[in-house]
Amino acid sequence: ALDTLMVGKLTTESLFILLAILTGLSNGSLENQLCFDLIEKWVKKNPNASICTALEGVENFKHIANFQDYHGLKEFRQEVAKLMGKARGGRVTFDPERIVMSGGATGASETIMFCLADPGDAFLVPTPYYPAFNRDLRWRTGVQIIPVQCSSSNNFTVTREAVEAAYQKAQEANINVKGLIITNPSNPLGTTLDSQTLQSLVIFVNDKTIHLVCDEIYAATVFSSPEFVSIAEIIQEIDVNRDLIHILYSLSKDMGLPGFRVGIVYSYNDVVLSCGRRMSSFGLVSSQTQYFLATLLSDDEFVDYFLRESSKRLARRHHKLTRGLEQVGIKCLKSNAGLFVWMDLRRLLEDPTSFDAEMKLWRTIVNDVKLNVSPGSSFHVAEPGWFRVCFANMDEF
Amino acid sequence: MTGTGFSRLRSPEPDPDTKQTTSGAGGGTAMRVIVPLQGVAQGRGGLVLGSVIPCALFYFLQFYLKRHRNEPKDPNSPASEKATGSPTQSPSQSAGQLTELPGLPRSLSRPLLSPRTAGGPVSLSGRANSILKCSDSPYDIGLIRVEEDPYDELGNPDGVIQLGLAENKLSLDLVKDWLAENAREAILGGGRRELNVNAIATYRPFDGLMDLKVAVAGFMSQVMEKAVSFKPSQLVLTAGATPAIEMLSFCLADAGNAFLVPTPYYPNFDRDVKWRTGIEIIHVPCRSADNFNISITALDRAFSQAKKRGLKVRGIITSNPSNPVGNLMNRETIYSLLDFAREKNIHIISNEIFAGSTHGNEEFVSMAEIIESEDIDRDRVHIVYGLSNDLSSPGFRVGAIYSLNENVLAAARKLTRFSSISAPTQQLLISMLSDTEFVKRFIEINRERLGRMYVRFVAGLQELGIECTKSNGGFYCWADMRGFIPSYSEKGELELWNKLLNAAKVNVTPGSCCHCIEPGWFRFCFTTLKEKDIPVVIERIRTVVETCKSLG
Repeated sequence: ALDTLMVGKLTTESLFILLAILTGLSNGSLENQLCFDLIEKWVKKNPNASICTALEGVENFKHIANFQDYHGLKEFRQEVAKLMGKARGGRVTFDPERIVMSGGATGASETIMFCLADPGDAFLVPTPYYPAFNRDLRWRTGVQIIPVQCSSSNNFTVTREAVEAAYQKAQEANINVKGLIITNPSNPLGTTLDSQTLQSLVIFVNDKTIHLVCDEIYAATVFSSPEFVSIAEIIQEIDVNRDLIHILYSLSKDMGLPGFRVGIVYSYNDVVLSCGRRMSSFGLVSSQTQYFLATLLSDDEFVDYFLRESSKRLARRHHKLTRGLEQVGIKCLKSNAGLFVWMDLRRLLEDPTSFDAEMKLWRTIVNDVKLNVSPGSSFHVAEPGWFRVCFANMDEF
Repeated sequence: MTGTGFSRLRSPEPDPDTKQTTSGAGGGTAMRVIVPLQGVAQGRGGLVLGSVIPCALFYFLQFYLKRHRNEPKDPNSPASEKATGSPTQSPSQSAGQLTELPGLPRSLSRPLLSPRTAGGPVSLSGRANSILKCSDSPYDIGLIRVEEDPYDELGNPDGVIQLGLAENKLSLDLVKDWLAENAREAILGGGRRELNVNAIATYRPFDGLMDLKVAVAGFMSQVMEKAVSFKPSQLVLTAGATPAIEMLSFCLADAGNAFLVPTPYYPNFDRDVKWRTGIEIIHVPCRSADNFNISITALDRAFSQAKKRGLKVRGIITSNPSNPVGNLMNRETIYSLLDFAREKNIHIISNEIFAGSTHGNEEFVSMAEIIESEDIDRDRVHIVYGLSNDLSSPGFRVGAIYSLNENVLAAARKLTRFSSISAPTQQLLISMLSDTEFVKRFIEINRERLGRMYVRFVAGLQELGIECTKSNGGFYCWADMRGFIPSYSEKGELELWNKLLNAAKVNVTPGSCCHCIEPGWFRFCFTTLKEKDIPVVIERIRTVVETCKSLG
């Protein structure tokens, strides 16, 4: 198969066999499984964390079973705030009092919508975007999504002009735009936004007095330059109405712990915090989990090592995948973060302008090889031929 | 049937005004699971429909409101959540999905002033603004006061004693002992359960591991003394009973529809059922003359009144054992309710989260038991359960929806993505609940302790001339203090509440928080006390009621 590929007779079947080799067969979901072994080792070494007897001065297990305060365990919030700071290289600090829990990242996205928008209101979302936003942001909230189309001509970077144009169009249609949601680092692109872009977006929302929600769930998955710039850093640099700024976070991607259902809404707006906190009751993190995580995250040495090691492993996997694809002439969007790459298969399409052709190509993959590859259309991208491939699933080491 | 000897009257034809559509999920008049959730359940374009219709409506509302965008801003716009009422309302920039909290008029979402604003004021959702306008209820105020100044026998003997939170600390020691002995193995492995981070850290079905469903179904069965066998496949697990109730509300009704709820009821229903859903609650008053039991006449009256107002009633929410009164529903009432629901073609949500916390001699009957035997009502009854109360572990966040209606289950399952139980907690509870010996002991001992505390506490109140209704469930008693309030009104009741909180330093829940139609009733939770605390509490209450008596 590799011979065929090398001489340029790239068939779709052989391509996907190659991908299977490069990414390791996965179970199909977007997870960061590269550092399970580290967590496992830590848990074995620290049994008290799991049975909640580790933290000094904190309530013991008797109280943990009983603890249902929607403010959340103080130690838990403190450690999460610290982790968020670490994932941003210590360039910003986060206030534990501004941390609100929700049922996973999914719950966090929904909660912030419930706080900011009424049914019928709209949020601008640059494409390509995480498919489940259609559910998480809209199902029960009644909020609508207005896509801001980004194009391959500038590597899918979101520009102020594009956002402005989408905003104007919505205004003309009498749609009430409540804000803009950006995912940084981006899913599915794997790229981080640069300072300049972030600043221009912040100025934009400030001008229009609409909200900016930054989903920074992949913050610690950055594995190469450029460095990650958080919205929290931007608002330190320029003067803006902070009541408009909100960050979403979770431990599902950075720490590879999706099963723990830890979602975080971090808002600079006190009313939103108050509202979000009350909504926490609909998705509180289990007290046992809060306790465990407070203990785990308080082990600074471990966390620092974990973050470094995770970056290294992601970089290795990313490199292996992109190099392998390069050798057969497949390009991926240059990326520095995330658990996936954005693969350009436009030249493999029967008809490069057709999404049907894209689906046909994708079905081949799904039918022939069980690969974690998603077609670009599911991310609402404007042009066919792009696919997201995940590389952080479990593999034999 | 159960052979109780009475006959059940078959109801006449269903109300011709209520829509009937077949859902294909069972016999009888099928229930409509509401779009857009119907689309969700069937994986179709319900999302589109669900967004288009409200969008179209709001398009017109926006257009209308656009003209009022430049109204003068309210300089008194409060920044904190402790705002006490608001003078005038100004029209807003965003259309309001109007949420209603008790005692508040409907209003549009208000813009929020911010000093550093470049453009206009910062606008939030109607839901966020509704909590701004709402002053803290006595329920909230009491909880805050206890937090600030909690009673401690040694450390703070003059602190506020908590009788306002329905939490059971009586049997926490049993849970703690089990955890001390078994948690290590349960969580870390050895024996069957090897620690596998993969098992606990990866994504799993959002509605709970099957092993946990089996364990919870078994627990529910044990708690209800094996009168029902719950099928694990009919369970949807959630992160607590709070989201379970909200999820069911989203599944069974649209914004603007209503549920009938007998009063007095658990104060947080207002949040769980109404806040984010836009659904209304219609109070169905229960009276002391009936020992606060549900009356079908009252239900019927409320239903008709709702119809006259143009409100579509989608269901009834009952709590059995009830909160705050603590009474159990007898079979006859359950059958009458089912008849009523069938006649009106509406759902029943049976909140049974205190099923394992019963004491005394009365029999607890779950609605699940009745629908097991009756074919026709399977699609319209949904049970809410949770481990918070019966297993004294509200921190773990485990709730459940039990239903035989496949459409409702399918929709609810999809919503659990927002509210899923943490994986390590699931593992821990699988171990705990599978230890049937422990569960049996816990239920028995817990019931015994509950019963003892109840008897002693009620006796203590009796010494003061305060009678309680007969109740056999829950963590509280429902006390008649009508003789001690300065005026037979909500105002009078709150004055007494205030005295109890600030003079006697005892936090209790006034009936008005529970929407009780008769003033003067109070809920006293006794499960956060030790037996030796009871005389302390009684003495404190005595100081207040004696002054009230002398006034009266």
